Amino acid sequence: MTNLTLARALNEGLRKALENDPKVLIMGEDVGKLGGVFRITDGLQKDFGEARVIDTPLAESGIVGTAIGLALRGYRPVCEIQFDGFVFPAVDQIVSQLAKMRYRSRGQVSLPAVIRIPCGGGIGAVEHHSESPEVLFAHTAGLRVVACADPADAFTMIQQSVSSDDPVIFFEPKRRYWDKGEVATAAGVAGALPLGRANVALEGTDVTLLGYGPLVRTCLESAVAAREDGRRVEVIDLRSLSPLDVDTICASVRKTGRCVVAHEAPVYAGLGAEIAARVTERCFYHLEAPVLRVGGFGTPYPPSRLEEHYLPDLDRILDAVDRAFGY
Amino acid sequence: MTVESGAATTAAPAPDQPAPDAPDQAGEFIQLLTPEGERIDHPGYPLALSAADIRSLYRDLVLVRRIDTVAISLQRQGELGIWASLLGQEAAQIGSGRALSARDMAFPTYREHGVAWCRGIDPVKLLELYRGVSHGGWAPEEHKFHLYTIVIGAQTLHATGYAMGIQRDGAVGGDEAEAVIVYFGDGATSQGDVNEAFVWASVFNAPVVFFCQNNQWAISEPLEKQSRIPLYQRARGFGFPGLRVDGNDVLACYAVTQKAMQAAREGQGPTLIEAFTYRMGAHTTTDDPTRYRLASELEVWKHKDPIERVRAYLVRGGLAEPEFFAGVDEEANQAGARVREACRTMPDPLPLTIFDHVYAEPTAIVRTERQQYAAYLASFDEEAGR
Repeated sequence: MTNLTLARALNEGLRKALENDPKVLIMGEDVGKLGGVFRITDGLQKDFGEARVIDTPLAESGIVGTAIGLALRGYRPVCEIQFDGFVFPAVDQIVSQLAKMRYRSRGQVSLPAVIRIPCGGGIGAVEHHSESPEVLFAHTAGLRVVACADPADAFTMIQQSVSSDDPVIFFEPKRRYWDKGEVATAAGVAGALPLGRANVALEGTDVTLLGYGPLVRTCLESAVAAREDGRRVEVIDLRSLSPLDVDTICASVRKTGRCVVAHEAPVYAGLGAEIAARVTERCFYHLEAPVLRVGGFGTPYPPSRLEEHYLPDLDRILDAVDRAFGY
Repeated sequence: MTVESGAATTAAPAPDQPAPDAPDQAGEFIQLLTPEGERIDHPGYPLALSAADIRSLYRDLVLVRRIDTVAISLQRQGELGIWASLLGQEAAQIGSGRALSARDMAFPTYREHGVAWCRGIDPVKLLELYRGVSHGGWAPEEHKFHLYTIVIGAQTLHATGYAMGIQRDGAVGGDEAEAVIVYFGDGATSQGDVNEAFVWASVFNAPVVFFCQNNQWAISEPLEKQSRIPLYQRARGFGFPGLRVDGNDVLACYAVTQKAMQAAREGQGPTLIEAFTYRMGAHTTTDDPTRYRLASELEVWKHKDPIERVRAYLVRGGLAEPEFFAGVDEEANQAGARVREACRTMPDPLPLTIFDHVYAEPTAIVRTERQQYAAYLASFDEEAGR
């Protein structure tokens, strides 16, 4: 086991992917000499060369569009989108091309590309640097959408995503890049949880608290705090946002009878809405309370001096947990 | 009134420029076969095709036009939902398509029926798409012909990325070298993706040829709505060569494409070819060009027909007997009849194929919805007592 930051774990995971398969490429703005603005690709161009770690021109549609061409040629490109709010110029290529090519070709074309997107707020950034656009992609059939929350998962999930024959939108919680954790770098991905599975991060009996990406840590901290009130919170890290691991979610809710979903993205039409609908449909007679959601407001992301109000924190999550016991 | 003024701006060339399709010595308009069928030489594009080669090009031109005509009829008869006609653009497509090697890869729009023909795609496969039976569904690598792309210009980036893959495979230079050709129209040159593809191809020196069929119209918008300069001149700003060819001259299209592809294969990077042609029909069968362009413009272009000039050349040079032309016509009759019959008898796909090939392996959601819908459909059988 090695103690690594989440950023370093991603770097090590990408390094393994490059080592294991000569068809794996990295491409994006500033990913070469600089190692990316968050240093996720630090040192990779030096070790694997400019043909495999490609500094691209500054245009997101171009990055994803040419990655599609490389994938058509048999490569496995891993694209870095520098910030969440910059993915939108690439949305046509992602939604209309990347997601649909297998279907369009009746299974004759695979596009094994990964689109890495640092996501979420909490770093005091200017506009367009703190967004959570995951639902746009979760709503697009043909894409797999995942979010890692800790260094151990970052290391394995990025490798699993590169190995996937489906395109993967890979969300990285940028304010957790510097969180540290134990990573089994020598073990590879053999024993890791499959990419599409949720992880019960903390077992509990009284309420199921669902989070992903940056809010998993907040959920775990909320669970610790809830113990003071005598509540045993079960925290599930969703990991895969599309497809959702509904079985793991529902097994937990049947046990606890209560469900709270937390995400940074706006609550309205967010992933929580989909989860609430599915849990209600499948666990109706087990529920002691409606499925509750806590998340961003139905506003654009605010100026950073206000983001602590916008982002669900420990207290707002606990408030939602409390409400779940009010029925 | 609006039609007149729109057409007037189309017809009048800028005062400081020669007519856009006047052959000149500066390589601004490459032509090897005049509309009258007269063979002319161009120092940059020596072309040694046998009479048999030219007869073969003529055959392709006639056959794809016939299939196109049949497809329009099939749409009018309700057998196709829509059709995007290639009428007028046969030479650009057959000339460029025939110039490709078996190893080269082509990325089409949704109108490249002539190029599809050259790549061995059964026209019936194209009709599947326009009938609503599939979204395409041929094997791109098998034919070295990618699926039709409907979003304007998106495929230029795919082609450029594919060309970057060729570079990484070491398939530039040498006998086994490969290159990519990508098709798009005049309207597409306004798209960000096309301009990004130019940037990528240029800075990575990718082996890709950008083949722009300037058919003068992007649905109802004339070229003036897309560009103040001739399209081929755009290439200069991106740092690679651009040229304009008579898009109705199959020999010139063949020659310029062959040369540009060879340059790409040898590692000389991209070329932009502007094939100056004309969309003789509607944008698609849903369009009505009489609302925005003058019949007189069409008349002018009728005299530049891509097929008639080849026929005139073959006849005048004594390179083909009347029996040859009759044979091609008969072949076209048969091809048309076959396509018509195949379209009319094409079965609808089974309902549950909706759920196929969304992912490499179906996800739980796809699996569940498929099962639920299958059960729902089966419930009608049960109601009917089967």
